[in-house]
Amino acid sequence: MAEYNRPQSEAEFNENFKDKTPLMNDTQAHYESSRCLFCYDAPCMNACPTAIDIPLFIKKINTGNIDGAAQTIYDSNWIGNACGTVCPTGVLCEGACVYNKQSVPAVQIGKLQNFATRHVIDNNKKLFEAGKDNGKKIAIIGGGPAGISCACELRKMGYTADIFEAKDKPSGLTVYGIAPYKITNEEVLDEVKYLQEQLGFNIKYNSPISSKDQLEQIEKDYDAVFIGVGLGPTAFRNIPGEDKSGIIGAVEFVEDLRMNHHKTNVGKEVIILGGGNTAMDAASESARMGATKVILAYRGSKEKMGAYDFEYELAISSGIKSVFDANPKEFLGEDSVEGVKFSRADGSEFTINCDMVIKATGQAKMGSFFKLIDNMETDESSRIKVNKKNNQTSNPKYFAGGDAINGGAEVVNAAYDGKLAALGIHKWLNE
Amino acid sequence: MPDLSIDFAGIKSPNPFWLASAPPTNSGYQVMKAYDAGWGGAVWKTLGMPTINVSSRYAATNYRDTRISGFSNIELISDRPLEDNLREMREVTKRFPNHATIASLMVDTREQWIDIIKMVEDAGANGIELNFGCPHGMCERGMGSAVGQDPKALKTIVEWVMDAASIPVITKLSPNISHITDPGIAAVEAKTDAISLINTIKSIVGIDLDSYAPYPVVDGKGTNGGYCGPAVKPIAMHMLKELKKHPLIKDTPISGIGGIENWRDVVEYILLGATSVQVCTAAMHYGFGIVRGMEDGLKRFMSEKGYNTIYDFAGKALPNVMEWKDLNLKYDVKANINSDKCIGCDLCYIACDDGAHQAIALPTDGSRIPSIIEENCVGCNLCSLVCPVEECITMVQKDDGTKHNTWQQLTDSEEIPCTWNDDRAGGKGHYVPEPIKALESVRKDRSGARAK
Repeated sequence: MAEYNRPQSEAEFNENFKDKTPLMNDTQAHYESSRCLFCYDAPCMNACPTAIDIPLFIKKINTGNIDGAAQTIYDSNWIGNACGTVCPTGVLCEGACVYNKQSVPAVQIGKLQNFATRHVIDNNKKLFEAGKDNGKKIAIIGGGPAGISCACELRKMGYTADIFEAKDKPSGLTVYGIAPYKITNEEVLDEVKYLQEQLGFNIKYNSPISSKDQLEQIEKDYDAVFIGVGLGPTAFRNIPGEDKSGIIGAVEFVEDLRMNHHKTNVGKEVIILGGGNTAMDAASESARMGATKVILAYRGSKEKMGAYDFEYELAISSGIKSVFDANPKEFLGEDSVEGVKFSRADGSEFTINCDMVIKATGQAKMGSFFKLIDNMETDESSRIKVNKKNNQTSNPKYFAGGDAINGGAEVVNAAYDGKLAALGIHKWLNE
Repeated sequence: MPDLSIDFAGIKSPNPFWLASAPPTNSGYQVMKAYDAGWGGAVWKTLGMPTINVSSRYAATNYRDTRISGFSNIELISDRPLEDNLREMREVTKRFPNHATIASLMVDTREQWIDIIKMVEDAGANGIELNFGCPHGMCERGMGSAVGQDPKALKTIVEWVMDAASIPVITKLSPNISHITDPGIAAVEAKTDAISLINTIKSIVGIDLDSYAPYPVVDGKGTNGGYCGPAVKPIAMHMLKELKKHPLIKDTPISGIGGIENWRDVVEYILLGATSVQVCTAAMHYGFGIVRGMEDGLKRFMSEKGYNTIYDFAGKALPNVMEWKDLNLKYDVKANINSDKCIGCDLCYIACDDGAHQAIALPTDGSRIPSIIEENCVGCNLCSLVCPVEECITMVQKDDGTKHNTWQQLTDSEEIPCTWNDDRAGGKGHYVPEPIKALESVRKDRSGARAK
């Protein structure tokens, strides 16, 4: 396939993973913002999980009020810049744009959003102020998009917000789990820094919360707790040979790639197991890392894949091949993996050789952690049950959001959850 | 094949497309280039009293991503030496004897008029245009629009010119006057051969939000400019109609000016009675090449309609331009939404609900395709104007076309409504919601997060 050579340097890595659609310049933003029709009760806004007033911020861009545009975005979504970049806009706001109905290209809402948010971040425009200290403290477990969003909203209302983050960087999967060609680490971290400087929430890095004792201490020290811990590592599938070297989980692979860039170890012949968006990412990334053969193997049909069409197309365009009706039965090889034996629905079997397997077959839930909390109800898939109106859990002191309650969705859903929970906490504490 | 050639008050031209007296006709180089590109005539940038120009001369109004929907200038008449202009004019008229090369003039005293007319006639000009229009600079010296706004003075000067000139004379009018017919009549009474209009409209196109100076900014200050370009076309066409409907003026040939950019504009001007058109802003924006589209479009229009010359359809719209009191009050149109074409922007809904007659309903099925409430629809057209889709909202005639009644007829038969709450008034019984409904209706949260 050889669309990409194996990157040997940071520069080559950046070339292979560069953003296909860079930030708009002033002229592009002006022309694109001119196209917005300013629909009544706009479908784009209704399609946005955080209900950003899109026509309003586009109108502001078009009239040279870029700071005001960014304010409108952040008023609804604290992760506005990352969402503009990583949101599946084609199935959300841009997918809902009425232009689609007459086969006119949709307004590039995500790009316009980034035009505004990057303007205020890059120029360090002060848009927010923390509220007057109300003496109350909230603990936030997990510094991903849900936790950051929750912290920002709480700070606006005058709460102390302390985030306990297990890793050494904020933003969770936005930094550790998104394909590098979608957003860079710097861009994610810049937004958090921008928000933190203005709103003053605290992040305690390398501070995983995993024991009953820790939770009890937190309950003692804080008035309420928000859980935004996301999901665990890639789940074990109990397939024979799964412990061989060269078999890695997709989440772990992407994290390795995001942190180590061109130094990440990628095989020559890679099989990706799975049909979701993470599988597509892992496939694209393996190709961009110079693997000579990348095969996406999914147990169902193409139509049944969970991935968005555009994600599949992106993977295909990076040169990968796909195999459907391929259920992994056994990992072959001595110590390290040399191939995967698959079975078809009709019972027949076939083998594909490889020297690496990436399992994009789902992350483990954090059920055992949730069990440490008194009265914390979870559903059959180990997701925390919450009241949809305020994201409060069955233990009233605890609120939750993000992948921990939805089992794995978009950054924008987490951003919404965090804000909703903050407002729920405020209401609960003031009842 | 239609014949585009014209004889405009004795000025012959291969087509009706002339460049207006303005920066594009500042030199022989530009005029020759324009003729070569296809323009039939050019009114040379005004020659006359010596001037000095400022630096920073033009400004524009932009609409969203549309550049120069309106254009403003504070440039004066030609600041080049008269002898240079005359030498170049001679060269142009020699090289292009069949084109309409017209000298625009602006001077002060009778002697100056007589002198300069002689000079341009010697340079081979095919006609003279009298600049009574510039609303900036020259008017402060008693020329330009100062004359155009004073029909008496205008008449006197036109009489001087008519005495002196042996070539056709076009009097160019200023729109900066309440009744364009006043200077129109004065020009005709002074025996002008033709009229052209409009010159630019006195204007301030914008203010710099940092320096608080009007555009174009000259060293931190500005002055009113002359406004032209697409934005002024409706005003110009109205004035053209006013002259062409006036019994004393209607037989005088008129060259139409104001926002003309394409063949459609040209056809509209001709339908209102213009028999030549002049273009400036579009040439300044796009260059002389735009004339090719104008020529082709005009020819196709004429072929389709079966016209051989522009005189076959000149003024054809005039009988349809009535006074309001003569319009048929029984004519009844209502909006119709083509649901196959509707994209669901709902701009028609909000425009009608906030800006018109509450005659459009949103669907309850989630389709976003609105519907017309026929009993509330007054046929105002607003929805069809805001609709971004071609031919989606159309206005459909509902009356059977047999009934006819006008305000004038009602007046004549003493049937007009005449008391404050007269039952015969139009809005009587027409549905409007109770005011309090405005606050009760389900309001969509447009303020941002649903989480609020």
